[in-house]
Amino acid sequence: MSADGTSTLTAPSLAPGGNHVVLEARNIVKELGHGARKTRALKGVSLTLNAGELTLLMGPSGSGKTTLLSILGCILTPTEGTLTIASHPTAGLSPEALAGLRRRHVGFIFQSYNLFPTLTAEENVRIALDVRGERGSDAVVRAQRALQQVGLRHKLRSYPANLSGGEQQRVAVARALVGAPSVMLADEPTAALDSENGVAVMQLLSEIAKDASRAVLAVTHDPRTIPFANRVLRIEDGLIVGEERRAEGVETVHQLARNRKRKANA
Amino acid sequence: MTFTLAFRNLFHDRIRLAVTMVGILFSIVLVAVQLGLYLGARNIIVAMIERSEGDLWVMAYGTKNFEEGQPINARERFTALSVPGVAKAVPLIVSFTDWRKPSGGSTLVVVIGSDAEDGGLRPWNVVEGDVSGLGARDAVIIDKTYLTDLGVSSVGDTAQIGASRVRISGFTDGIRSFTVSPYVFTTTNRARSLLDMPADMITYVLVKLEPGADPEAVRNLLREKVPDSEVLTKAEFRDRSLNHWLFATGAGVALIGGAILGLVVGTVIVAQTLYSSTKDHINEFATLRALGSSSGYIHRVILAQAALSAVLGYALGMVIALTVVYLSERTALPIVMTPSLAALLLALTVAMCAVSALSAIGKVMRIDPAVVFNR
Repeated sequence: MSADGTSTLTAPSLAPGGNHVVLEARNIVKELGHGARKTRALKGVSLTLNAGELTLLMGPSGSGKTTLLSILGCILTPTEGTLTIASHPTAGLSPEALAGLRRRHVGFIFQSYNLFPTLTAEENVRIALDVRGERGSDAVVRAQRALQQVGLRHKLRSYPANLSGGEQQRVAVARALVGAPSVMLADEPTAALDSENGVAVMQLLSEIAKDASRAVLAVTHDPRTIPFANRVLRIEDGLIVGEERRAEGVETVHQLARNRKRKANA
Repeated sequence: MTFTLAFRNLFHDRIRLAVTMVGILFSIVLVAVQLGLYLGARNIIVAMIERSEGDLWVMAYGTKNFEEGQPINARERFTALSVPGVAKAVPLIVSFTDWRKPSGGSTLVVVIGSDAEDGGLRPWNVVEGDVSGLGARDAVIIDKTYLTDLGVSSVGDTAQIGASRVRISGFTDGIRSFTVSPYVFTTTNRARSLLDMPADMITYVLVKLEPGADPEAVRNLLREKVPDSEVLTKAEFRDRSLNHWLFATGAGVALIGGAILGLVVGTVIVAQTLYSSTKDHINEFATLRALGSSSGYIHRVILAQAALSAVLGYALGMVIALTVVYLSERTALPIVMTPSLAALLLALTVAMCAVSALSAIGKVMRIDPAVVFNR
């Protein structure tokens, strides 16, 4: 860590597939609680997230998915282990420096959308730029462009209460996307959505993951999301117990999208 | 966006906004009234001293205030005149006495005896009659504020002081007494007669200095010449009177205490509503934190909310405070509102809301951003 509290850069490594690694976690251990109630939620998790990939993290309730997501998003700090995001090691960073790292490199999508009910869709997206100090007409244009990207250009002035669940989640995706983060972390992005909206959101995430500078990780227990993934990690009892690489994943997504369109036209 | 978010958070819950406004209104009006009364009392207490032409005041030792002066020898006036640097030395008689109303009953008044031609302490704001009318037999001038208290209603009405009859020759407007005993202006001779004061006694000597004379040097010379009396500058006598009426009697302490109480109550109400508003929006603040906002960003949202409440509450509070000020204009102790008091109230309101925001900021700083995953 440098004297000003920000992390120093390390050289980006390449993933086996040739894409560069934007997030690397090594031997992450997380203990929760104190004294006799102390539990090990994560018991030495190592993983990498590669640019241009949509990775799913799947596992049963209580397996440590959300705890791992919180650590990967610099919201929680690991008890042991190291984390590097966009070549920035996070070890020893203060909460403010971690917030700065989140601001610059991490985009979040939450299960319950976590939109600001008093702000319009455009403002909800723009606030992600505002916290980065990006304001003015340029920020407005970028927020509108992000909403256009998720197909909500016509809902700029709508408040969350006037949007459907799927639309709210798409606003949340636009908010995560607008800052052009290196890593997008989604917590159960389809859990609160019906099948149709769930597919639409996963389709969106898989499109976003095609950006060669960005990795997307979605925590989920929804098997409908698997076809959209390039990679599936399975976590159980605080340990990664399996990894499945799905080379045909992208094709499957396109096929699904085509099927949906056909069904809609019919 | 911080301002937008603060504004929307504030106006999102109208009931909470109303409670916040009531808290600020209550506080501002209470503080405005208390401090306005304090300023009003201050103005009344120093009015006679400020209006006099005396640069130095010669008085009995230990005189606590203008109204409670004790007799001194009239010779002191001539002694004062012999001091280099003294241009004029004017006698002034001031004393409490009973005023008997024409319809029966009596009330305590403060008789002020001063000769208009000497220019020591003349009645001002004369709205009926004339100061020169004091030359007429039995003539006195009183203030319109006290007509009911004194049992008279118009120029020419008579009443009685001691065994002597007095006739109203004029009215002033706005010369009020902090003691609630009305002032009765008359000449020195008539004052002596009304108060049964010996001819060789007076209450004060008002000393007017020659242009360019050093007040401190003249005061020191004068002190040597009148060792049986006390010599104060106008400012010293003003401060002594203020200290006596406002602090020795506890009146000022009560007024300032009331103002402080208003601030405390206002702070508590605003703090409570801001805290509960922050608590209601805690998930939004946690989301902001998860989005990577700095602590400063979140502080700015809460402080903007506090500042908005302050400005809105101040504007509404001042409307009520100014109405109260207007309604008190004709009373014996009018509430005063000056531009500096208005500015002070704004500063106090903003400070009160900023202090109130501390509890909310403390709450937000304890947020675990991980709650965003648990909703």
